[in-house]
Amino acid sequence: MFPELNNLLNTTPDRAEQGKLTLLCDAKTDGSFLVHHFLSFYLRANCKVCFVALIQSFSHYNIVGQKLGVSLTTARERGQLVLLEGLKSSVDVFFRAQEEPHPLQFLREANAETLQPLYEFVQEALKPVDSEEAVWRYPVLLVDDLSVLLSLGVGAVAVLDFVHYCRATVCWKLKGSMVALVHDTGDAEDEENDILLNGLSHQSHLILRAEGLVTGFCRDVHGQLTILWRRPLQPTAQREQSLTYQYKIQDKNVSFFARGMSPAVL
Amino acid sequence: MAAVETCGTGAGGTGFMAAATSKNNVTGFQRKGPRAGGTDSSGSRLVSIAGTRPSVRNGQLLVSTGLPALDQLLGGGLAVGTVLLIEEDKYNIYSPLLFKYFLAEGIISRHTLLVASAKEDPADILQELPAPFLDDNCKKEFDEDTCNHKTPEPNIEMKIAWRYQLLPKMEAGPVSSSRFGHYYDVSKRIPQELLEASKWHGFFLPEKLSLSLKVEHCSLTHGYLKLLNFIQSIIYEEGFDGSNPQKKQKNILRIGIQNLGSPLWGDDICCTENCNNSHSLTKFLYVLRGLLRTSLSACVITVPSHLIQNKAVIARVTNLSDTVVGLESFIGSEKETNPLYKDYHGLIHIRQIPRLNNLTCDVSDVKDLGFKLKRKQFTIEVRENSYIFVHSLEVNSIFFLTLIKFLKHCFMLIIFKFFWCNRMLFFRLLFLFFILMIYH
Repeated sequence: MFPELNNLLNTTPDRAEQGKLTLLCDAKTDGSFLVHHFLSFYLRANCKVCFVALIQSFSHYNIVGQKLGVSLTTARERGQLVLLEGLKSSVDVFFRAQEEPHPLQFLREANAETLQPLYEFVQEALKPVDSEEAVWRYPVLLVDDLSVLLSLGVGAVAVLDFVHYCRATVCWKLKGSMVALVHDTGDAEDEENDILLNGLSHQSHLILRAEGLVTGFCRDVHGQLTILWRRPLQPTAQREQSLTYQYKIQDKNVSFFARGMSPAVL
Repeated sequence: MAAVETCGTGAGGTGFMAAATSKNNVTGFQRKGPRAGGTDSSGSRLVSIAGTRPSVRNGQLLVSTGLPALDQLLGGGLAVGTVLLIEEDKYNIYSPLLFKYFLAEGIISRHTLLVASAKEDPADILQELPAPFLDDNCKKEFDEDTCNHKTPEPNIEMKIAWRYQLLPKMEAGPVSSSRFGHYYDVSKRIPQELLEASKWHGFFLPEKLSLSLKVEHCSLTHGYLKLLNFIQSIIYEEGFDGSNPQKKQKNILRIGIQNLGSPLWGDDICCTENCNNSHSLTKFLYVLRGLLRTSLSACVITVPSHLIQNKAVIARVTNLSDTVVGLESFIGSEKETNPLYKDYHGLIHIRQIPRLNNLTCDVSDVKDLGFKLKRKQFTIEVRENSYIFVHSLEVNSIFFLTLIKFLKHCFMLIIFKFFWCNRMLFFRLLFLFFILMIYH
């Protein structure tokens, strides 16, 4: 959890908004620091988290989580965190024939039509249990990242359907939140990815877009983050609809500053 | 060669990855925590594997790519459990060299090799591996080859702290005592006795296809499926995944896959833009990465990315691999005759460095890198823009020289008026003296 990002988003773990879909998007840079932020944020907020980790192994998230002050292992043991480790499960799905359908069953199928097993996994993980209800505040679904699903042969429409189902269940029915990361391939002309990104941008309440600098690599500024609130226009509201900051990723923290105001420059 | 060595205590202590301790910890991304160290009697003493070293930055176990210059660029080496993707140069001249360096380094370090190709027989690939510079007498040859560009550091044994010998070597010279990363002579073949002593598995696609022709229903191209099954069986049988607790010393599996994605693998991404199985390669990479992450193995893949028609596939492939390095040779391009590039045979682009156990990654500040194939060695150098500098200096200096000449003449005229007209011998002599001063 990066306190500076919380300040920018005007939120704290104690009073986070519920029922929202947050879209994380990265273009020409790596936006995984945002995933780590939201993972530690919601674990701190005492939420029940279902984390679909498709891109890295559990121990990677765990070690980075420890740097940010949360232990994924303990959260997992306490039942606060339900983790689907994509890389590990893919090997199981691929080499060991199983009877019961696996959440990543589509890996074995030639034409993956639907992500229904994955949705059922999420639903099962976040299902409210009576005895636990007092313990965890609200459910959160976190996906890192949705673009991988496209690479694994799932169509963009199927992914959008999956997100829609999850939103209906998690955000609306269970009054929880949802966070998903999508890559922006930019000039690579990945049509399916563009469909997915545009479709999600249309649905989400908050968009965080991390971009690499146009001028290329810089040692002291790693990129810029655009925060875009998609909420009805209120004439009385003082706040901006969109904000842009530059950031620098440090070992355990990310510092944000206004454009061109990097401490290295000043 | 040092086969088994125990690393020093307190060398980073708990931060280092325990690659070879308990069987639960043998996933590629485990790191020994303080708690695990307490239960283990040899908690702080790590059993290291020959040819590996832990990363200073993220505790990950690293292996050398066989090219110490490339190791430095990739943040110390190639992390165990990750994929290095090499984008081939246009005529596929230099990328096989990197591929062979990686395999040769495995043979020198006594790692197990797995060589997969659809084009050449793996046995033939192994025959063509470069010979290592191991002895001190080779050092002389090496020096000749580098044309005394860099003076290698004197090979003095450090007696004060023996542990420092294991620290990364930063010099360009071959050091026989260094266990991590060697230098190779591409003009010579690897000695036969080293090849015979090594343990390797070959995957030659045409052979494997002829064995069984039953096509099972699956989403992957047949060649990829065979290769994945082969890799999985090797990892499982030889115990690289830690499922079969080995009595013997743990070892690293080095996987090398040549020309992945080319039409010979039965893939059509190189032929058409909208192909039927455009997800085959990405799916293969994903499952392969899953296999690597749970085992003690490292993989190098060369991909003819310039042949892939759909740019979206390249972006996805890059996203799904850990480290990506692109080679761009000057052969056939107009850069070949450009004086800017006259010292190099091509450019090397570090496209992606993985973030492992960390928020940030080891990005080197230098982006402008060229490579050159010398008589015996493949070298990577920081490309200097010296030509531009010299050129601009020349332009400037011509301007300055004319300016100085002009000023001299003006000065002469003033002195002439002042002294010569005085008609005194002393001043005339002084004037001559001034002239001598100025024109010297």
